[in-house]
Amino acid sequence: MTVDWKFAWSILPELLSGLLVTLKASLVGFAIAAVLGLVFALARRSRSKWVSAPVGGLVEFVRSTPLLVQLFFFFYVLPQYGLRFPAFLVGTFALGLHYSTYTSEVYRAGIDAIAKEQWEASTALNFSMTRTWVGVILPQAIPPMLPALGNYLIGMFKESAQLAAITVVELLQTGKIIGSHTFRYLEPITLVGILFFALSYLSALALRQLEVRIERQHR
Amino acid sequence: MSDSIDRKASPIIRFEQVNKSFGHLHVLRDLDLEVAPGEKVCLIGPSGSGKTTILRVLMTLEKPNSGVVWVDGETLWHKEVKGRLVHADEKHLRRMRNKIGMVFQQFNLFPHMKVLRNVTEAPIHVLGMDRAAAEERALQLLDMVGLSDKVDNYPAQLSGGQQQRVAIARALAMQPKVMLFDEITAALDPELVGEVLNVLRKLAHETDMTMLIVTHEMRFAREVADRVLFFEQGQIVEAATPDVLFTNPTNPRTRLFLRAVLPQDKSDG
Amino acid sequence: MHNREQSGSRTASLVWAAIIFLALGISLGVSWAGKRPLDLLPTMLRGVVVTVKLTIGAALLSFLVAVLAGIARASKVWLIRTVSAFYIEFFRGTSALVQMFWIFFVLPLPPFRITLTPLQAGIMALGLNVGAYGAEVVRGAILAIPRSQIEATIALNMPPGLRMRKVILPQAMIRILPPFGNLLIELLKATALVSLITLSDVTFQALSLRQTMGRTKEIFTLLLAIYFLLAYPLTLGVRWLERQRRWA
Repeated sequence: MTVDWKFAWSILPELLSGLLVTLKASLVGFAIAAVLGLVFALARRSRSKWVSAPVGGLVEFVRSTPLLVQLFFFFYVLPQYGLRFPAFLVGTFALGLHYSTYTSEVYRAGIDAIAKEQWEASTALNFSMTRTWVGVILPQAIPPMLPALGNYLIGMFKESAQLAAITVVELLQTGKIIGSHTFRYLEPITLVGILFFALSYLSALALRQLEVRIERQHR
Repeated sequence: MSDSIDRKASPIIRFEQVNKSFGHLHVLRDLDLEVAPGEKVCLIGPSGSGKTTILRVLMTLEKPNSGVVWVDGETLWHKEVKGRLVHADEKHLRRMRNKIGMVFQQFNLFPHMKVLRNVTEAPIHVLGMDRAAAEERALQLLDMVGLSDKVDNYPAQLSGGQQQRVAIARALAMQPKVMLFDEITAALDPELVGEVLNVLRKLAHETDMTMLIVTHEMRFAREVADRVLFFEQGQIVEAATPDVLFTNPTNPRTRLFLRAVLPQDKSDG
Repeated sequence: MHNREQSGSRTASLVWAAIIFLALGISLGVSWAGKRPLDLLPTMLRGVVVTVKLTIGAALLSFLVAVLAGIARASKVWLIRTVSAFYIEFFRGTSALVQMFWIFFVLPLPPFRITLTPLQAGIMALGLNVGAYGAEVVRGAILAIPRSQIEATIALNMPPGLRMRKVILPQAMIRILPPFGNLLIELLKATALVSLITLSDVTFQALSLRQTMGRTKEIFTLLLAIYFLLAYPLTLGVRWLERQRRWA
C-alpha cells in the first residue's frame, strides 16, 4: 500500500476547510494576544508595585505552564461554574492568553529600547504623558517590534493545532477525523503536515518582506 | 635603522601593477612596490589611501583584482603550473601564509584562551611544534615584550597596550619572514602607545626581520624606518628615507599632508 | 534598570505568582486542609517521572542535533548547507504536535514501517523539533563571532577545521547557553503533548484521573502547579545565565 494520490486529492477540500478554522483561530488569538500583551506590558511598567508585581506574577505563571494544560483547564473547569462557551472561543481565548505573555515581552523590550533621551526631550518640551506616548515613543517603538510579533503569529498558526485536543475542528483534527473514518492515516496526516508547513513558510516569507520594508524606512 | 639591507638582493616583497577595488571604490591603482629583505618600511598617508589594503593583500585577507604579488621569491596569489601563472588554490596560500605574520589594530586576541595559550595555539597546531617547545618559545617572546607576569591571565584582564603586546608575541611565535603592523597603536589610549612602540623599536633594531608598518606616529616612523612611503588614493606619491621625506619632501602633496599631521613649531614655507 | 531593582521585582513576581496560584486553588474550592488533593499526588508523581525522563532525553537529542545542524548550516559545502536548511525549515515550520502525530501514527504504516513506542516517538519528535530551533541559535552564535577573530586565525595560518574547533565553537558555546535555557523550558512545556499519543506523562495521568474520579478543579490546579514548580527554577537559572556575561 503506497500513496493513494486520488484519495489525497479528494480529501483536500475538507482539509482546506479545516485550514480555514486554523486561520480564524490564530488570527483571533493573535488579536487577543496583541491587546492583552500591551496591557500586561504597560501594567508591569507601572510605578506601583501593587500593579506591576501581581501582573508580573500572572504572566510568569501563564508562561511557565503548557498551552495544552491551559486549554484543558479552561475547557473543563469553566463549565463547572456554568460558563459554557463553544470550544472555538475557549480555545482562541486560551491561545491568546498564552501568547500574550510572549507579546508583552516584545512590547517591554521595544519600549525599553527607546533611549531615555527621547523621554527627557519630551519632558523638556513639556509634552503630556499621553502626547509623549502617542507622538514620540510608540511611533518609534512599534516598527521594530513588528517582526517579533509577526513571528509569534506564525507560531500561533502552528500551535493552534493543539486546539484539536479540545474538539475544535481545525486542520489537525480534520485530518484525524478523515483518518478515523477511512482508516487511511498516511495521506491525511502527511497533507496536514504539508499544509501547516506551507502556511508557516509563506507567512515567514511575507514577514521577511515586511522586515525589509521596515529596515528601509529606518535608514 | 639597519645598515644591513642588501638592496642588490632580490626583493622579499614585490607588487607588480596590483589593482584592488571594493565595489566602486578603486583602492589600489597599478601599484608597483618592492621591499628588500630586512628592510623596515613605514607606510603613511590619509585614511582610505590603500595602506591597510596592501597589508591585507599580503596577509591573503584580500584578493587583488589584477597584478602579481611576490613574497620571498614566489608568487602569492598565483602559482606556477607548467610554466604559466594560474590563480593559487588554498593549499598554495597556506604554504605562503607561513612566511607572513600580522598584528591588527584591534589586537584580535582569542578571549577564551589565556595569554600563554593565545601564543602557543598556532605553533602547536599549525606548525606542529610540541607543547614544551612551543611554551618555551612563547615564554621567551612574552618576556621580550615585557609580559612574563601575565602568562596566566585572560585578555580581558589586560590593558589595551598589554593585549597588543601579546598580539605581537603571538604573531612572532609563527616565525614569519615578514611582519605586518596595521596601525597597531591607533586603538590605544595615548598613555599606552609608548609601551607598544618600544616593542616595535626593539624588533626593528635588534632583528633583521622585514617589517611593514602602517602608522600615524610620524616621530616613530622617522626613528625606525629605512624607507617611508607616502600614499594617496592608492598610489605611492613619494618614497624616500625618513630624513629626506620628513624634512625636505619633493612632492607638494607630501608637504601638504605633513603640514596637516605634524605639529607646527616653526614656519618653513 | 539596575540589578537590585530587577531582582527585587523578580522576587515580588515570584511571591505574587505563588499568591495567584493559591488564590486560584482556593477560589476553585480546593480544600488544602485534609488529604484532598494530596491523595492524587502519587499518581501524578508517576507521571512527573515520565515527564522528566522525556524532557532529559529530548534535551540531549536536541542539543546534539542543534550543534550538528547549526554547524552544517554554516558550512561551505552547498549540499550540507542545503540539507540542514531543509531540516531546520521543516521542523520549525510545523508544530511539535503534528510532528509527533506523524511519527507515531504514520511511520508504522507502509512505506515506512517504523514503529516506535510512545516514549521513543515523543523523544524523537521533541528532540528534532527543539533541535531545529537550537540549530538556528547555534548558527546565529557562530555568525556572531566577529570577523576579526577569523582574520586572526587566517593570519596565524590556521586551517578551517582547527579554526572551528579551537576558536569559533568555544566562543559560540558560551553565547548559546541562555537561549538554550529558554528552549529547555519550552521543551518542558511541550512534553505535555505526549499525553495525546497515550504516553503516561503527568498530563496524561491528570486526564485519566479525571475520567475515573471527577474532581476536575483540583486535578487541573494541581497539574498547573506541578508544571510551574518544574519550570520556575529553570526560568531562574536562565536569568542567572543571562547575567553572566563573561566573553561578550
